[in-house]
Amino acid sequence: DAALATVGGASSSAGGDGGTPKPSVAVSAVAPAGAAPVPAAAPDAGAPHDRQTLLAVLQFLRQSNLREAEEALRREARLLEEAVAGSGAPGEADGAGGEAASVLLSRVTASVPGPAAPDPPGTGPSGPAAVSGSATGPAAPGKVGSVAVEDQPDVSAVLSAYNQQGDPTMYEEYYSGLKHFIECSLDCHRAELSQLFYPLFVHMYLELVYNQHENEAKSFFEKFHGDQECYYQDDLRVLSSLTKKEHMKGNETMLDFRTSKFVLRISRDSYQLLKRHLQEKQNNQIWNIVQEHLYIDIFDGMPRSKQQIDAMVGSLAGEAKREANKSKVFFGLLKEPEIEVPLDDEDEEGENEEGKPKKKKPRKDSIGSKSKKQDPNAPPQNRIPLPELKDSDKLDKIMNMKETTKRVRLGPDCLPSICFYTFLNAYQGLTAVDVTDDSSLIAGGFADSTVRVWSVTPKKLRSVKQAADLSLIDKESDDVLERIMDEKTASELKILYGHSGPVYGASFSPDRNYLLSSSEDGTVRLWSLQTFTCLVGYKGHNYPVWDTQFSPYGYYFVSGGHDRVARLWATDHYQPLRIFAGHLADVNCTRFHPNSNYVATGSADRTVRLWDVLNGNCVRIFTGHKGPIHSLTFSPNGRFLATGATDGRVLLWDIGHGLMVGELKGHTDTVCSLRFSRDGEILASGSMDNTVRLWDAVKAFEDLETDDFTTATGHINLPENSQELLLGTYMTKSTPVVHLHFTRRNLVLAAGAYSPQ
Amino acid sequence: MAEEKKLKLSNTVLPSESMKVVAESMGIAQIQEETCQLLTDEVSYRIKEIAQDALKFMHMGKRQKLTTSDIDYALKLKNVEPLYGFHAQEFIPFRFASGGGRELYFYEEKEVDLSDIINTPLPRVPLDVCLKAPKEQQKAEATEPLKSTKPGQEEDGPLKGKGQGATPADGKGKEKKAPPLLEGAPLRLKPRSIHELSVEQQLYYKEITEACVGSCEAKRAEALQSIATDPGLYQMLPRFSTFISEGVRVNVVQNNLALLIYLMRMVKALMDNPTLYLEKYVHELIPAVMTCIVSRQLCLRPDVDNHWALRDFAARLVAQICKHFSTTTNNIQSRITKTFTKSWVDEKTPWTTRYGSIAGLAELGHDVIKTLILPRLQQEGERIRGVLDGPVLSNIDRIGADHVQSLLLKHCAPVLAKLRPPPDNQDAYRAEFGSLGPLLCSHVVKARAQAALQAQQVNRTTLTITQPRPTLTLSQAPQPGPRTPGLLKVPGSIALPVQTLVSARAAAPPQPSPPPTKFIVMSSSSSASSTQQVLSLSTSAPGSGSTTTSPVTTTVPSVQPIVKLVSTATTTPPSTAPSGPGSVQKYIVVSLPPTGEGKGGPTSHPSPAPPPSSAPSPLGSSTLCGGKQEAGDSPPPAPGTPKANGSQPPGSGSPQPAP
Repeated sequence: DAALATVGGASSSAGGDGGTPKPSVAVSAVAPAGAAPVPAAAPDAGAPHDRQTLLAVLQFLRQSNLREAEEALRREARLLEEAVAGSGAPGEADGAGGEAASVLLSRVTASVPGPAAPDPPGTGPSGPAAVSGSATGPAAPGKVGSVAVEDQPDVSAVLSAYNQQGDPTMYEEYYSGLKHFIECSLDCHRAELSQLFYPLFVHMYLELVYNQHENEAKSFFEKFHGDQECYYQDDLRVLSSLTKKEHMKGNETMLDFRTSKFVLRISRDSYQLLKRHLQEKQNNQIWNIVQEHLYIDIFDGMPRSKQQIDAMVGSLAGEAKREANKSKVFFGLLKEPEIEVPLDDEDEEGENEEGKPKKKKPRKDSIGSKSKKQDPNAPPQNRIPLPELKDSDKLDKIMNMKETTKRVRLGPDCLPSICFYTFLNAYQGLTAVDVTDDSSLIAGGFADSTVRVWSVTPKKLRSVKQAADLSLIDKESDDVLERIMDEKTASELKILYGHSGPVYGASFSPDRNYLLSSSEDGTVRLWSLQTFTCLVGYKGHNYPVWDTQFSPYGYYFVSGGHDRVARLWATDHYQPLRIFAGHLADVNCTRFHPNSNYVATGSADRTVRLWDVLNGNCVRIFTGHKGPIHSLTFSPNGRFLATGATDGRVLLWDIGHGLMVGELKGHTDTVCSLRFSRDGEILASGSMDNTVRLWDAVKAFEDLETDDFTTATGHINLPENSQELLLGTYMTKSTPVVHLHFTRRNLVLAAGAYSPQ
Repeated sequence: MAEEKKLKLSNTVLPSESMKVVAESMGIAQIQEETCQLLTDEVSYRIKEIAQDALKFMHMGKRQKLTTSDIDYALKLKNVEPLYGFHAQEFIPFRFASGGGRELYFYEEKEVDLSDIINTPLPRVPLDVCLKAPKEQQKAEATEPLKSTKPGQEEDGPLKGKGQGATPADGKGKEKKAPPLLEGAPLRLKPRSIHELSVEQQLYYKEITEACVGSCEAKRAEALQSIATDPGLYQMLPRFSTFISEGVRVNVVQNNLALLIYLMRMVKALMDNPTLYLEKYVHELIPAVMTCIVSRQLCLRPDVDNHWALRDFAARLVAQICKHFSTTTNNIQSRITKTFTKSWVDEKTPWTTRYGSIAGLAELGHDVIKTLILPRLQQEGERIRGVLDGPVLSNIDRIGADHVQSLLLKHCAPVLAKLRPPPDNQDAYRAEFGSLGPLLCSHVVKARAQAALQAQQVNRTTLTITQPRPTLTLSQAPQPGPRTPGLLKVPGSIALPVQTLVSARAAAPPQPSPPPTKFIVMSSSSSASSTQQVLSLSTSAPGSGSTTTSPVTTTVPSVQPIVKLVSTATTTPPSTAPSGPGSVQKYIVVSLPPTGEGKGGPTSHPSPAPPPSSAPSPLGSSTLCGGKQEAGDSPPPAPGTPKANGSQPPGSGSPQPAP
């Protein structure tokens, strides 16, 4: 039971039972102090664990009516906790410097393990479940933005909303009546009102099924499913198999539909028209559905055209509400650390003299070339605490600078060369690929649970010697770093064993010392590339973890999986720092913003969300994809986001304005990988259709209509210019393009496994 | 976005009967229809649900095909125990046993012999995953700034994959991928080294090949001489070999007898070169040579042209190849023998091929003749008689049969002479060999006489080695002038043993262009005289075989001549050449000390007669060297030709008569 309590408590930091006074005292004592040192401070991992055990025991005592024992124990515990808090806070301050840091690192914005992160059956006695549910309030008030997760009732409650009966035979009539009305309305309104078809259809069907009018449901489905837009067909397929009330329990798609209101954006005029019609017809059935299950976002102004609507719809829960994308996003880049004179000076004094002359030059270069004092859109430098730069990182930056000077300026007239790394004999087992920033290593995740790391430079992979041998090394010698390596282990390929399921995600740390891999077995593993062993297994996702990625500054990483949440971790914490919940289906891909302050996630619910690492809020919801999203990438300047989905389209988004700014059509299958060139002029996309395509990113972002109206309403007219933007299509023979990478000089590296047909 | 394709929804539901079947297999006999219906709905729904989840795994696995493992993972996702292992296709019933108060249920499994399992060879280990990367590109990137290219451009920039290094790199829109057969397994193939010929060598090769097949006999002789003697040709050997095999292939089809002969002479020259190691190229040469032996048709006018000489010559080449290269591992000889026998035995084989096969076999030595040819003599004799005596069907068949007959007689007689005891009885021969008997008998008698004659001159036996080559001269002879067919015949027939010679003459008359020929008879003084006499029979015999033959024949008994075609110079025939298109042919008849105990024929030594001057060795008989000098030494007969090149007999070069 202690273990269970730990699970519950972990996600809600101070997992007290809100209902009773005593634990809540504990909560209030700890949480506001900002310490909540549960996962964060954690100098020794034992402390939080003890505390949660304690809470669990307290709870048990209370339930068993052992008041005295409980009192006594609580007195003890209070003491203990204060001690912990006391020791934790100072340690924190040293480490990251500042209250903000400690708040951030410590506070876990887990909102819900509820339906979003379903407990494995048998885990949850109702006690802990209730605990976590109610604890969401104090720990993360309104964290998850506009998505109404806080009031997730259980399944039966959700379903009961369908209880109100109508005459089942009338449903078809209602629906066709509405259909007739919409089709006869003016052109300008028809497009907008047509959006109603799909949600109404689904809800009416579900109502019929719920009320066990199976035959009516079936004929209703048969009759009207053809009217729905083609991009809903995946959902319709799920829906069509759902024919019994019993099926509704546990069907995720259905639950998604029920628990989140379908969002429609309709102009005021159109809405009035609809309202009048429904009232005239006394069509209560439909009106009820509109009232209860739809969220109609009414705006003033011109109704949107069919084209505009089509561009934005398609997600599982309709469009994003307008206010969802209103919050300010600091999309600018952080200042390059070299420019920070004070910090650097201190460092340099400590450095050996060789480092100095090298360093000064590039710094001037960087100032000259970037010439940004401070991007007005950039977040404060210490908005989230970032790890300090190590000497090796600085050397790497210098290398980077040097390479940069040799970089090829790309453009429509100067396309990059593409170099393809093919995995042979992979027998369709290649599931993930990553390439280090300096293009020296390639990692592949495979369905046979292995992770393989190749060196693609002449430098072979060597691991550090055994401890016994290490002790013999002269630590004063200049080449100690060389001496610690074991020559006997040199090889081009290292295989990392540890996962127990296909490896779906892989990511190198920026300093190339670590590798992350995420797997079907629900863990994310951190591997050392010095010893080629597993260092940590991060267990948090109970279900397959589809993707993981290191922050561009290291230390943090994000993972997303089948449990519909993305989690933010730090390498030295075994529990997540943030849980980004809100997606209605699997989180397929996760990417850090270049400034490390935001995380973008793409999901099977056909939305892309942008999350603030600082507070865990969802700051952007992008809808418009018609299929599960499988790839994401930020432009190097941080302003734009490109996303690719199974429908073969690539969509471009302006993060600052929260707008879709482009659509690139061309691929015929899932877009598996996206990458901007180092300077952002070219967007490369790789797909399951065995092609790499290059797009003119400059032109795509150039003529944005960012007038006030567009900005305010988000109604954009996408130019149909995919063909003009397409700079080149490169076929492989039979190799899906799983990964793309631009080297520091703008050579494209692509990777994939040859799959004989 | 318009509704391009309508949703296709399957409302497939499992039939309720299957529920019943499943239930029965579980031992539930009576199951209500209603229950079945409910079950099918439920099961169908669950299956669809699992399939949809499995699709998710497929997508995340970046695959286009659903696998069973996807379904396993989907089941795991639902907390359903996945299916492990495989199921038997058939129902395996429990067996029951009891005894000693205990009950035991077990699967009946058949016993497996462990040793069988252990002894079965291990299956091949599947190839490991490997990363195929364009190394050069990496280097290129490291050293030079990247050139980028437009999509249209094909081969630019550092990305160009080279040779084997070329990887699936695609830079230019076309991915070059490792051949799928082995999937770029880390096969270490020995890099293929390309032997570049230097410019000089290229020139040489060009000159040589042109000369060998060109029309100028002088040049050809020089070229062949060069091939036969120059050291350091090994780099060109593969090219020569290809040249020959390709040449034969083409010219057989075109029935270009002259070129075929040239090519065979090249083979001969190559084989004569002691510095060349031909074994690696025998596979290319043998088919070419064999073609020249057994091809159904080698010339445009089979009735007139003397393709028999080519067959004889090529047969000798094959025999030589066998002698040199046949080993127990490659079995060249037995394979060749088999080929010949097969085509000979076949009833439908045309006479030309038949002739070639027999010639090829006969050249392989006495043993082969004894075991393979003699037993078939009777049969073959019948066949020949059928053609010769029967109604005249076709002239070509007749000629063919005639040739086969003389061929058989020529080769079999010496063998029989050795095999059978002296009294040669016509009837006995007839009894044994059928229609060929009488002829054989007379030949055997002749052979015996000759043997006896040679036996007297035992002292000179030094030449024994050269015996097998008597015909060599023939092949040399085929140096045709500009006009191949007619010319060929003449010399060829000349060299034939006397009888054949005569017969050939008989057939020859219709020759179109009998060139004026000159014969030089070089007779080396019989004993160890170092000098050799050159007799020039300057009788320019325009096509008249008779005149030429006479001297030859006359010499036969005492001195065995080698008849050698010196050159076909296109210079105007001195006098008489009436019909000849102006090519003067010179025949040098070298008569060697009649040491060769040679079977019937003149043991004409194939190899070019040694010019007196150049012959290094004092022994006149021994060194026979290139005809070139030799020709030069015989100025009188060669008026027009600046340098009469002895068409050096390609046949003989190598084996030098023992001094």
